[in-house]
Amino acid sequence: MKILVPVKRVIDYNVKVRVKADQTGVDLANVKMSMNPFCEIAVEEAVRLVEKGVATEVVVVSIGVTQAQETIRTALAMGADRGILLTSDQDLEPLNIAKLLKAVIAEEKPDMVLMGKQAIDGDNNATGQMLAALLDWPQATFASEINIDGGKAKVTREVDGGLQTLEVALPAIVTVDLRLNEPRFASLPNIMKAKKKPIDIKDAASMGVEVKNHLNVTKVTEPPKREAGIKVESAAELAAKLKEAGVI
Amino acid sequence: MAVLVYADHDGVNVKDSTNKAVSAALAISSDVHVLVAGSVAPAKSAASIDGVSKVLVAKSDALSKDIAEAVEALVTPLMANYDAVLFVAGAAGKNAAPRIAAKLDVAIISDIIEVTGPKSFVRPIYAGNALESVESSDGKLIITVRTTAFKAEGNGGAASIEEIVAPNATHSATFVSEAMVKSDRPELQGAKRVVSGGRALGSEEEFNAVIVPLADRLGAAVGASRAAVDAGYAPNDYQVGQTGKVVAPELYVAVGISGAIQHLAGMKDSKTIVAINKDPDAPIFQIADFGLVADYKTAVPEFQNSL
Repeated sequence: MKILVPVKRVIDYNVKVRVKADQTGVDLANVKMSMNPFCEIAVEEAVRLVEKGVATEVVVVSIGVTQAQETIRTALAMGADRGILLTSDQDLEPLNIAKLLKAVIAEEKPDMVLMGKQAIDGDNNATGQMLAALLDWPQATFASEINIDGGKAKVTREVDGGLQTLEVALPAIVTVDLRLNEPRFASLPNIMKAKKKPIDIKDAASMGVEVKNHLNVTKVTEPPKREAGIKVESAAELAAKLKEAGVI
Repeated sequence: MAVLVYADHDGVNVKDSTNKAVSAALAISSDVHVLVAGSVAPAKSAASIDGVSKVLVAKSDALSKDIAEAVEALVTPLMANYDAVLFVAGAAGKNAAPRIAAKLDVAIISDIIEVTGPKSFVRPIYAGNALESVESSDGKLIITVRTTAFKAEGNGGAASIEEIVAPNATHSATFVSEAMVKSDRPELQGAKRVVSGGRALGSEEEFNAVIVPLADRLGAAVGASRAAVDAGYAPNDYQVGQTGKVVAPELYVAVGISGAIQHLAGMKDSKTIVAINKDPDAPIFQIADFGLVADYKTAVPEFQNSL
């Protein structure tokens, strides 16, 4: 079984995001970039499925600037077998990414796509669902447990109010949630080994996919600031202040 | 043309989040219809929402389980009659809405917090650390609504109710089972008060011994930081933050929560924020209206006794 894992290069989750003064976006200059944390969980799960003997090959794909090679290398160091990078300087919407991934899937023919439920930059939570729709594949989003057996995946999902378990016939799209696993740190020998693993780099424009953004970003602004209030000295004072303010 | 709101309901009544999504829809068009999918019963409460002119009901088991492929098969053809469809940005809406958008070859407009024009919206990005204003060039708008940002419409209306047939979905996932957390406490997302615990609690037992009684005393829902959830102190369903639920209650009490960016993203729009933490430099104090620098072990019981 072959698993395709799309990965995204985003601002590192520990970095404080700054909005540009001209309101055209957020400042990406000289900022630490990393693999989207949800993508890391997807890579980890795919590698574990290989280690368990359920899957045989893990292919990671990224779409973006040439530096996204580093993100692919990180996945290769975690244990993925090879990478594909579709280069593009454009900021692509989820629908465009889904269309490009569909073109990759036509070439690679994976049995399952494992991917993060959302990227922590755009926070859309959409690409997996859109890809499933374009392919007419079943989807199981927000996975916290995945069991594969007999050409089917049984997926436990994090939903409002608890957990839901679905069964999807493969090929299918599974998007992963936080609790699925804890991604490993790549060991030094594996980082060295990853340098020799192949990455196929091609221009996204060569995929024969019409890429068109549907949303025009008119401005990006800072959210309204919330001011710190007062410090109270004791729990009793806290209760008194809340009563005074009419909160309780 | 009319816009459609996909109702969020519990099988009996529509939830307050639906009234809020209707409020967002009314900012786009004066002709708002509501679609109740799954069971028939909630149609009555949907028809009573102010500003709703028509309710469509589609009964099916797959829809009552929020199966995305079934929702897509129902809503996609209906979009011939509508300019926009709005989903509540919960697990069900986020699961289904992008699928419909892709089928219609249009963008998904996720998590809107403001309607600034017929096709213009504001949405948070980077865990709410930036706000993005977008204008759509699509003929059909597929939207999910962060309902905490909208007021709820009242229930003085009487719209007509029409039953429609739910089509069968092909290539669909099938429902196996569910494990829902049963609780007498208010639901986290719509609660007027929330008490949340963080990593400082140290264990599940401590979480249940400290956070839960305080929540019960205040009639509040229970929440948790991602750190507390990751450590297994609380179920994931309690998680407040960028990767969990976004809440905006009247009162938010954060106990032993440092205030990581990703947590603040889920609660910073609460009306009154109380923070109890023994670290005076915890970032949570920068946004708290009332901060108490103290060990929760003594502060929480004292606070409870003072109520």
